Amino acid sequence: MLGLEKKDFTLLLIVTVMVIFAPFVLNPFPEGTAMAQMFNAGYPDLMQRFAIFGILVIGFNILFGLTGYLSFGHAAFLGAGSYAAVWMFKLLGYDIIPAILLSIAVSGLFSLAVGYVSLRRSGIYFSILTLALAQMMFNMAYSVLGNPSSSYNLTNGETGLQVYNSDPQVLLSATDPNFPHLFGLSMRSETHLLVGNWDFTLNAGYYLSGLFLLLAFYISIRIFRSPFGLMLRAVKSNQQRLNYTGLNTRPYTLMAFVISGMYAGLAGGLLACMDPLAGAERMHWTASGEIVIMSILGGIGTLIGPILGAGFNEYFKNILSKINDSILHEWLSFLPDGFEDIMVTLIHPFVGKGWHLTLGLLFMMVIIFLPGGLVEGGQRIGKLFRRKKADTPSDETPVE
Amino acid sequence: MSKSILTRRNVLQTGAAAGAGLALPTILTAGSHSGYTNAPTGSTVTLGFNVPQTGAYADEGADELRAYMLAVEHLNGEGDGGMLSTFSSKTLEGNGILGKKVEYVTGDTQTKSDAARASAKSMIEKDGAVMITGGSSSGVAIAVQGLCQEAGVIFMAGLTHSNDTTGKDKKANGFRHFFNGYMSAAALAPVLQARYGSDRNAYHLTADYTWGWTQEESIAAATEAMGWNTVNKVRTPLKATDFSSYIAPVLNSGADILVLNHYGGNMVNSLTNAVQFGLRDKVVNNKNFEIIVPLYSRLMAKGAGANVKGIFGSTNWHWSLQDEGSKAFVKSFGTKYGFPPSQAAHTVYCQTLLYADACNRAGTFNPCGVGEALEGFEFDGLGNGKTLYRADDHQCFKDVLVVKGKENPTSEFDLLEIVEVTPMEQVKYAPDHPMFAGGDLGACNPGA
Amino acid sequence: MDAIILQILNGLDKGSAYALIALGLTLIFGTLGVVNFAHGALFVIGAFCAVTLNRIFSISFETTDPTKVDFLGNPATIKTTYLEHWFGAGPAAWMTDWSVPLAILMAIPVMLLVGVIMERGLIKHFYKRPHADQILVTFGLAIVLQEIIKFFYGANPIQTAPPDVFIGTMDLGVWLGFEANAIAYPYWRMVYFLFSTVIIGGVFAFLQFTTFGMVVRAGMADRETVGLLGIDIDKRFTITFAIAATVAGLAGVMYTPITPPTYDIGVELLVLSFVVVVVGGMGSLPGAVLAGFLLGIVESFASMNEVKNILPGIDQIIVYLMAIIVILVRPRGLMGRKGVMED
Repeated sequence: MLGLEKKDFTLLLIVTVMVIFAPFVLNPFPEGTAMAQMFNAGYPDLMQRFAIFGILVIGFNILFGLTGYLSFGHAAFLGAGSYAAVWMFKLLGYDIIPAILLSIAVSGLFSLAVGYVSLRRSGIYFSILTLALAQMMFNMAYSVLGNPSSSYNLTNGETGLQVYNSDPQVLLSATDPNFPHLFGLSMRSETHLLVGNWDFTLNAGYYLSGLFLLLAFYISIRIFRSPFGLMLRAVKSNQQRLNYTGLNTRPYTLMAFVISGMYAGLAGGLLACMDPLAGAERMHWTASGEIVIMSILGGIGTLIGPILGAGFNEYFKNILSKINDSILHEWLSFLPDGFEDIMVTLIHPFVGKGWHLTLGLLFMMVIIFLPGGLVEGGQRIGKLFRRKKADTPSDETPVE
Repeated sequence: MSKSILTRRNVLQTGAAAGAGLALPTILTAGSHSGYTNAPTGSTVTLGFNVPQTGAYADEGADELRAYMLAVEHLNGEGDGGMLSTFSSKTLEGNGILGKKVEYVTGDTQTKSDAARASAKSMIEKDGAVMITGGSSSGVAIAVQGLCQEAGVIFMAGLTHSNDTTGKDKKANGFRHFFNGYMSAAALAPVLQARYGSDRNAYHLTADYTWGWTQEESIAAATEAMGWNTVNKVRTPLKATDFSSYIAPVLNSGADILVLNHYGGNMVNSLTNAVQFGLRDKVVNNKNFEIIVPLYSRLMAKGAGANVKGIFGSTNWHWSLQDEGSKAFVKSFGTKYGFPPSQAAHTVYCQTLLYADACNRAGTFNPCGVGEALEGFEFDGLGNGKTLYRADDHQCFKDVLVVKGKENPTSEFDLLEIVEVTPMEQVKYAPDHPMFAGGDLGACNPGA
Repeated sequence: MDAIILQILNGLDKGSAYALIALGLTLIFGTLGVVNFAHGALFVIGAFCAVTLNRIFSISFETTDPTKVDFLGNPATIKTTYLEHWFGAGPAAWMTDWSVPLAILMAIPVMLLVGVIMERGLIKHFYKRPHADQILVTFGLAIVLQEIIKFFYGANPIQTAPPDVFIGTMDLGVWLGFEANAIAYPYWRMVYFLFSTVIIGGVFAFLQFTTFGMVVRAGMADRETVGLLGIDIDKRFTITFAIAATVAGLAGVMYTPITPPTYDIGVELLVLSFVVVVVGGMGSLPGAVLAGFLLGIVESFASMNEVKNILPGIDQIIVYLMAIIVILVRPRGLMGRKGVMED
């Protein structure tokens, strides 16, 4: 169906179900409990991030997963997309369609230029070239092109590009919401569904991002299964041999680079649609490093991996950084008093201001013990499960 | 153990309680049940403390968080009450805000606009925070202020010194207690003129971002007005750690004053480098070469060690002030944590109290009501003397402290000495002053 | 002219730090084949060795002085360091004054140990893994190491002064025929430059004149063959890694008086050092040193007002621009050899 094999179609279906029911699945604990405050993730901002970073990493995976070219500068394309989108908001108005179109186009152009230069080299040289170009873009955005008193203020520097009441917004009509919207439907509008003690938030912005995620996922499956995808894999396994056969691989890798750049642009544009401010920090090389981490965490070269990796990373980032001592005390309040204090002291360095530490340790664990990322972890658990129930063998093949 | 389970979004619980028996889903469109975002309906109210917990300003953020926890304690009637007793408005009685117990959630701004907005969003959307406060950078303050305007909650800015926060980026839902670049310049200029004369050549090194630019503009304008000549204004990358290649050209530039528009790590490094290159021992144009650090932070001055001795700057507040409010705050903070509070801690403590008091006076948590109560509010007893929250731009006007690095510190906290307390009138400016023009406060937004 | 000479000196000084870090990176990459993103963190550990020694020297016991009061009005506590208590005021003051150079003695064993533990405990298991995995695991380690430092020392810069005799500037201009004080350069920065040349010289001499060094060089040229010769590579790898770690650590120790260390200085230095390594040519030790000094000087020149007036913001991107041009024009970097990391 949809030009997909049965296996791939099932995978698409699973992701679709995941996207639709995420607001419910991610809110497993009833309102007002300590568990809910700690672990619930079903609020719009985080769910939007799941979807948007999913798109970003899916795109990155087309480049890195298929061709093996490790780009250390993809965050720059995300940033370029965000700036393009906010400029559309400033000039035209809050309609998101021109914003998203321009952000994809701008990132496409940037990635064409960066790719054209950096794909002349491969391996670690390619990584450093993308890193250098992206850091240049970051520095330009952060200060050189961001001085409000200069005549070339494109990015508004550290503060971030935002929409002012004095901006032209030529297409803005009186009935439009004062926030990014699709045909008048504000990205902020939401419906609360109260069931028992549970509160589920259904947010327009999230479902739009989810829709784009599905589209991005579908296209990535098609690319993985196409002759083009096969060619990219061939580049990864042995580029030299390909070159010896007289084939020029660069158009293919450049194509992959531009496609993944456009994915990043889409993600950047969507990010601006959910929150119309573009800050330069999202272009820093550590942000690019985070994209690499997400793709490895999920499982590089797999279809579903990027979505899992992005979700895992964003979830822990958001949750860990918000835990403070008072929440810890509450959460551990079932323990005897003295023991509770000891536990809080022990956990304290790893949460709140120590969340970087925990995340760093988690990355190391995954990379050391699960080189194939979460997908490999899932497969191992699956195998274990099957071995235990050896009498009822299933013919399920692990999803790729 | 003894604490009750924290309840948030109590409105939902009430709604849910009704629905529970029937087990039928109730559908609510956002905010249809109340007039404003995150209206607290239970017995508690949740505030969101958004401070840098990681990154270069993590220590300052940690000090802000300490002050917030102290403020929450005092509002809830625990501890010694701190500045509650010296505050000129007497609506705070230690029974929370409007009779609701104060709870809080925390987030990490990472001193990045993007991350700060994300954590503020999550506190508003997930934890039901009705007010966001904190931060240690102007970029972050402006970004989060914009978000709070959109989301319909009050933003009580933390440490932000850029003119833009209450200038071209001012917002109806945002309020700033901290002073700004213009005020620093207005307070410093007369003192500098008295010490260094009016025939001086100043060389500016400026951190290349919002705050640096506005402070450079303010200081240059104020010093030029008293006769100083500005030799050069050089922008330095924010991420720079070694400033030698920016300091070296100062040596033979003919300048006899170096103005460091740097904060935090930048300030520590550039000052250390400037002293290394012997600038302070130089004699240029028959005058002693001098360095000025317009915005001081005691926490950061510690990093610069002996290099700050005798160097002039300004600060929002200092623990050695002897008014009743400051003494009460220092005592309360010092007793709890064992060291005196920083200016960042002081400003966020005041902001929390001011917000709570405004809610009490307005009789509501509605941002429009709270905003109205804060606009044009005059108060005293919070450590800065008589203070006005101006209605036109939501900037606080109060006395500004001109300080100098202490020559003979008696303890590790005793780094700055107050040279002069510049009265409020001298640092006041018109709301449409060119350095603050171009902004639009807009209408208050109560959210849904 | 004097401005140019000053910027060359600044460039050499910055270049010293870049070169020392890049040297270690290249050594690790050339022999072990590992891309070590935690190398910046090793520099930071070194820097905090100096801070730690300073802290150790100031460990003290408290006595109450009823004649003075602290900020809360309670009787003040007077701190006396054990150092002073044991050795007397004079030697204690001398040791505190010289704590940065003395920290070298502490940093050497610490860094060797850190290097050995890192290589045996982690890096060893990544020899056969793709470069991407190596980058990520060391990147993760770098985060963990710097967060541990932040946990103990906070995020604010910590002032660490050089010995008193090195405070101040030296008038180099007079020697060169300029007027007095035209070219005054801080003593400690010159000490740092000399120190780094000594270390660089030491590493090269070690590789050139010892059997161990010969094997390492052979390994860098052709790892497989050296392995086939039956040489115990594992042990040598560990030692090489430890040496590289020590070089980075010592660079950090001596750097503390130049800019007060913070836990996160490693991040920015690391990116620069990678650029240096690539510009110099992956796997080429002289290339790393040359590129380190070259980029330091170029960066300093780009910060000059005369240059910035023509090209605003050039100082923020020049290093990356250089790297791009060099890689595109000389694919193997300035001194890279054929066959090393070309794919």
